[in-house]
Amino acid sequence: MKIKILVLTIFYLISSFNLSYAANSEKVDQISKNLRCLICQGQSVYDSQSDFALSMKILIQNKIDEGKNDEQIYDFLKNKYGEWIVYDPEINKNTVLLWVLPLILFVFGGILIFRKVSIK
Amino acid sequence: MVKNIKLIAVLFLVILSFFIFLKGLNKTNNYSPNLNSSNIDFNFKAKFLYSNEKTTLYELINDKDFSLINIWASWCLPCRDEHPYLLNLNSLSKLNIIGINYKDSEVNAKKFIKELGNPYSKIVVDPSGVNSIELGAYGVPETILINNKTKTILKKYIGPLDDKKLAELKMIIKNEN
Repeated sequence: MKIKILVLTIFYLISSFNLSYAANSEKVDQISKNLRCLICQGQSVYDSQSDFALSMKILIQNKIDEGKNDEQIYDFLKNKYGEWIVYDPEINKNTVLLWVLPLILFVFGGILIFRKVSIK
Repeated sequence: MVKNIKLIAVLFLVILSFFIFLKGLNKTNNYSPNLNSSNIDFNFKAKFLYSNEKTTLYELINDKDFSLINIWASWCLPCRDEHPYLLNLNSLSKLNIIGINYKDSEVNAKKFIKELGNPYSKIVVDPSGVNSIELGAYGVPETILINNKTKTILKKYIGPLDDKKLAELKMIIKNEN
């Protein structure tokens, strides 16, 4: 009986350790999917196997281990590499067209459809 | 009226995309981050190549007016090409050249230095590449010129040094004081 409990405890400890480790790596995946690999443009850090991307993943893991949250990690990298590194651009002078253009097109298309329907 | 709107819409889009592409023509597609003093983390920790002691960037950049941080590796061929330029810069008395050995084996790194000469006052190793990322670097080779007094980045070169960059570096160092 005692051996059974011991085995179960050890098994539980190992699996919980594995789980927490897996959770962290998943977090790295999640963050690195939102980062642009700067030396292999067109790929995310998650997809890339370049030295830059591999180091970046280690760095993200380190930051998570230090207890930093997603926002702090993104901010840290933005500070180093600029806005360009994240796939989710903020609204500013340079990106306003990017954000507003689909809206304009949407409204414009809506007007076109509306006109067509109302004329018929 | 409907026809007019269609025509205007198409015309508007064509003109818009024309100007977007026209603007894009003159832009380089190699993105480089802004030079900003806050971009450098002087507390970064790294181990020396020739000893087991650890150091920070604060300790590395000390006595002279300028520091040149060069990220290199023995497996990087362009680093081999730019090495004579670093040896050339080593003659400047105001300049302190710091080497960061990127993702390399210590044996190969030492062999590289032995073979080509040592322009660096100090060399630290960065086996995981994390230190280089903390410096905001892309990979090898990369060279960053720092003003030691103001702790700001004066110039940053991604890729190997050449005659033009060497002249430019010397100009900056000459004119800053």
